[in-house]
Amino acid sequence: MASTTPTDSLPPTPAPPVTGLNSKSTGRAGDKIFLGLSRGSGILLLVIMASIAAFLTYRATLAISKNEGNFLTTFDWNPAGDPPVFGIAVLLFGTVVSSIIAMVIAVPVAVGIALFISHYAPRRLATPIAYVVDLLAAVPSIIYGIWGALFLVPYLEGLNLWLDDFFGWTYVFEKTEVGVARSLFTVGVLLAIMILPIVTSVSREVFLQVPRTNEEAALALGATRWEVVRMSVLPFGRSGVISASMLGLGRALGETMAVATVLSPSFLISLHLLNPGGGTFAQNIAAKFDEANEFGRDALIASGLVLFVLTLLVNGAARLIIARRKEYSGANA
Amino acid sequence: MKLQRKNGLRAAALGALAVSGALVLTACGSDDNTGGTTGNGETTSAASNITCEGAKGKLLASGSSAQKNAMDLWVKNYMAACTGVEVNYKSSSSGEGIVAFNQGTVGFAGSDSALKPEEVEESKKICQGGQGINLPMVGGPIAIGYNVPGVDKLSLDAATIAKIFDGKIKNWNDPAIAALNKDAQLPDKAIQAFHRSEDSGTTQNLGKYLGATAKADWPYEAEKKWPAPGGQAASGSSGVAAQVKQNEGAIGYFELSYATSQSIPTVSIATGAAAPVDATSENASKAIAAAKIKGTGKDLALELDYATKAEGAYPMVLVTYEVVCDTGNKADTLDTVKSFLTYTSSDEGQKVLSEAGYAPIPAEINAKVRETVAGLK
Repeated sequence: MASTTPTDSLPPTPAPPVTGLNSKSTGRAGDKIFLGLSRGSGILLLVIMASIAAFLTYRATLAISKNEGNFLTTFDWNPAGDPPVFGIAVLLFGTVVSSIIAMVIAVPVAVGIALFISHYAPRRLATPIAYVVDLLAAVPSIIYGIWGALFLVPYLEGLNLWLDDFFGWTYVFEKTEVGVARSLFTVGVLLAIMILPIVTSVSREVFLQVPRTNEEAALALGATRWEVVRMSVLPFGRSGVISASMLGLGRALGETMAVATVLSPSFLISLHLLNPGGGTFAQNIAAKFDEANEFGRDALIASGLVLFVLTLLVNGAARLIIARRKEYSGANA
Repeated sequence: MKLQRKNGLRAAALGALAVSGALVLTACGSDDNTGGTTGNGETTSAASNITCEGAKGKLLASGSSAQKNAMDLWVKNYMAACTGVEVNYKSSSSGEGIVAFNQGTVGFAGSDSALKPEEVEESKKICQGGQGINLPMVGGPIAIGYNVPGVDKLSLDAATIAKIFDGKIKNWNDPAIAALNKDAQLPDKAIQAFHRSEDSGTTQNLGKYLGATAKADWPYEAEKKWPAPGGQAASGSSGVAAQVKQNEGAIGYFELSYATSQSIPTVSIATGAAAPVDATSENASKAIAAAKIKGTGKDLALELDYATKAEGAYPMVLVTYEVVCDTGNKADTLDTVKSFLTYTSSDEGQKVLSEAGYAPIPAEINAKVRETVAGLK
């Protein structure tokens, strides 16, 4: 859940027409065996998924039925207490807010890098840059966590003070508590760096697929390079960029170790994003799992299910957006 | 074109050299690490008194990470003396240790706190004809480390500590701190209080201490989870110590060994004795000596006297237990458990503790532990 490789989802290229899958086979043995094998794997996957879901739901209901607090609104996590009280409000808030910060920072930068690589950079420069960006995806998240804790947190203090000085009036950037930058904002910045490679590489692939003729036509009409990008490349790549962003968002939502290393967790919701505090689903599971008793683990499983549902909703929404935009994109041109 | 190709080759060669060089160097580095951690003198010579009678095969144990360093030393010494016996202590957490014990997968468990009544009830299924009991084996001071430039000695009392960790005292030059430290030059600096982010026996013991000595300023239950709002959190004793080390104005609590290994100054506690008491393993032992045994029968769970005013007794202590069955231990591990725990509770075994930053269990209680270990069935 923590990471997705950049290769596992390509931009929505038109799938080859599926023919012959359900039509009668030619009767050769190889055909039949292959059909059986592939059908079997498909069914096996569904069965595995269904049984995992059933197991998780069962364990989660065990925990929630004994919860004395409201699972959705309680600002506390104490399943070992007497009575047990736990709720996901803080985790939901922290997960969503840190992911939004990450998206706001990462998507424009990633699109910029992708455009530079695909349309501006000389070939000799483009390849190494693309390679380096892709390498970022291969760095394990715990390494990002250590780097974040040792380098990013001390260095972001300056930025935090600056934001507090000049943007303190926005409430969001007002720093009301002392403490180092182990905040949701820092987590957002770190997550932005972590999702950069996946958004960049998918966007780049999409931008490279813009039909040459479209661009040449625009150039022939006297468009500048920026106008070409604006009029032919960006509209063509829009749905691709959206799906790339959703892939990145998926990683940001589920990131565990990097967040656990950088954040100073606490069970309070605060819109002052520069103050230390907050928490995310995955970070909370990693932090609490060790000392939790069996009931505590069930409670953590319940919180994990909420993350699962959240991811499902995000992906569903993304599919809807892409489906709506399909007719405008070049994907089916 | 030709020239370029040559350059490419040269670059590749350089790269290969760099990579292989790095590999060689890292290989050296990791070798050094493994050598460094095991360095401890006199262990082999002391091993002579360990009796391995009947001990054989493999003994699994798991639990509290607070006693991990002590356990590591014990296991090393024990296995050096008793060849052919393997003791494997998995340091996870007290909770996990007790769960494993009650499932019958370990010979004994380590725990930061004594078994709860329902856990004792559950243990009767595994201990046929008996029940799980607590044997106090390792004591340790919980140190309060701080990072205030220019202040190398600091003493606080329980009420002030409670207010600092509860966010009621926010600045280092607060009159309450100044009153306890007349000679110190306290800076006008905000206090950053650090606590553990995960559930922890150390947090629970700090809570017990503050609850017993400063009830008015610490209204919280002593739980493994950090109870007060505000402050910052870090993961593990090592995490809290690292944050205190890094940040000026920080204060946090952790086991003493983390303070000594990172040379973090620790708070002396004004207990009401003639002079504030430093956090040392010797002083912690004096406080544990004031404890009463609250367990019944063979159970030796301790009730610590946190409010002790004895001279030189450091009251903020934690005692970790080994949990075993009094009767009904598994036949194939019983002799090994007895032999191993006989060693850990021996004078020799307890002496190892102060070397590792822990506090030995006082002789009077320890005598009962030995008696109980000898009678395990």
